[in-house]
Amino acid sequence: MSVELEGSKQAEPSAFRLVGTLGLAGLVSGFAIVGIYVATLPKITANKKAALQHAIFEVVPGAAHTQALRLSDEGRMVPDPEEEAPAVYAAYDESGAFAGYAIPAKGPGFQDTIALIFGYRPAEHAITGLRVLESRETPGLGDKIVKDQAFVEQWGKLRFDPSAAPPVLELVKGKASNPHQVEAITGATISSRSVTKIVNKALAERTPQLPEPGSEPPLAGGGGEQR
Amino acid sequence: MSLETQGRAWQEYSKGLWRENPIFAMVLGMCPTLAVTNSAINALAMGLATTFVLVGSSTLISLLRNHIPKQVRISTFIVVIATFVTVADYTLEAIAYDIHKELGAFIALIVVNCIILGRQEAFASKNTVFYSIMDALGMGSGFTFALLLLGSSREILGSGSLFGIDLFGPHYEPWVIMILPPGGFIMLGLILLGFNALGEWRQRLRDETRTGEAA
Repeated sequence: MSVELEGSKQAEPSAFRLVGTLGLAGLVSGFAIVGIYVATLPKITANKKAALQHAIFEVVPGAAHTQALRLSDEGRMVPDPEEEAPAVYAAYDESGAFAGYAIPAKGPGFQDTIALIFGYRPAEHAITGLRVLESRETPGLGDKIVKDQAFVEQWGKLRFDPSAAPPVLELVKGKASNPHQVEAITGATISSRSVTKIVNKALAERTPQLPEPGSEPPLAGGGGEQR
Repeated sequence: MSLETQGRAWQEYSKGLWRENPIFAMVLGMCPTLAVTNSAINALAMGLATTFVLVGSSTLISLLRNHIPKQVRISTFIVVIATFVTVADYTLEAIAYDIHKELGAFIALIVVNCIILGRQEAFASKNTVFYSIMDALGMGSGFTFALLLLGSSREILGSGSLFGIDLFGPHYEPWVIMILPPGGFIMLGLILLGFNALGEWRQRLRDETRTGEAA
């Protein structure tokens, strides 16, 4: 009898109690989520920045300091000390002399967006290195654009002819015979082509915006990130 | 702690390791099991994150079990689980950025891992906090163990390495299919086969001993 009574009481709690329970759960959960977000944000931002910084130093040989540049209203690259909308990073060596640009770029890969960053020296029209920052290419095949040493290293030795019609870099199957040719990875042709396309597109977009060789923005006094 | 409590606590813990192992016996949570076990480190991180969420949710649900009206219990469980998952997600991104990048969306997807909701509904909402924690720890360890077994064997065959350490030298031709999705199914099938064969063999052994005793 008492069991039945308890059962019927539990079966019909007031609507207020139901809403109250869920509302309270949501409220507590909201505070917990905002709390952990605020607590971890500085560390996560620092992690992202460190990962980017590390990539810049890798794609621009000899780099020791960096400075973010943003696109001005006139369509030129100007220093962006607050890093509000960094579009390109200028890298400088130990003595503060200009060493090259690191250009981040994104584009469609085989499965998802590939985000990468590559080093570029305008004076020699040279690509000085490339690192894939984010990709979801097929493990074992497409992810060789990250893991295949030969593919990654060839990006450090590319040169192109600025007077040639774009796209300036060409993907080839087999051995590359020209400095502007990129060797595709066997079994990862689509991913290799995506990477080449992304770099070509970024070069076409960014090179006209970069300052004339020799008039690069100097490293802000004492500012900039240090290695 | 009395001997009886100790015995029951051990039972609640150990059932998740083998007899009611979430992957080998109940075949639950197959999405992360197949998706992130292409390397041992990913499997380990996934297992630990799931265990954290499981223990946290079970503790809280068990504490509140008499205060949650049963009409809204599932929604409340989901809110609690989602909160712990978000905590795990941000924490992992803060302390292990690279692993978090590898696991990607699958950390957020722990919310819909049926092992977790299943344990709340079947155990934590009906048992005391202590046993609920033992149950959650057991299920979490069982899940981690199964993921690690799958992840290690797939990484060894598919990449020739374990925890990123090269095992066979440069002349090893990796069996790439093993770290692709089909490899997950093949390896899981083989492990399930082995698990069931072992269980059957143990059962037969037990039956034989009993018959022997009877005679």
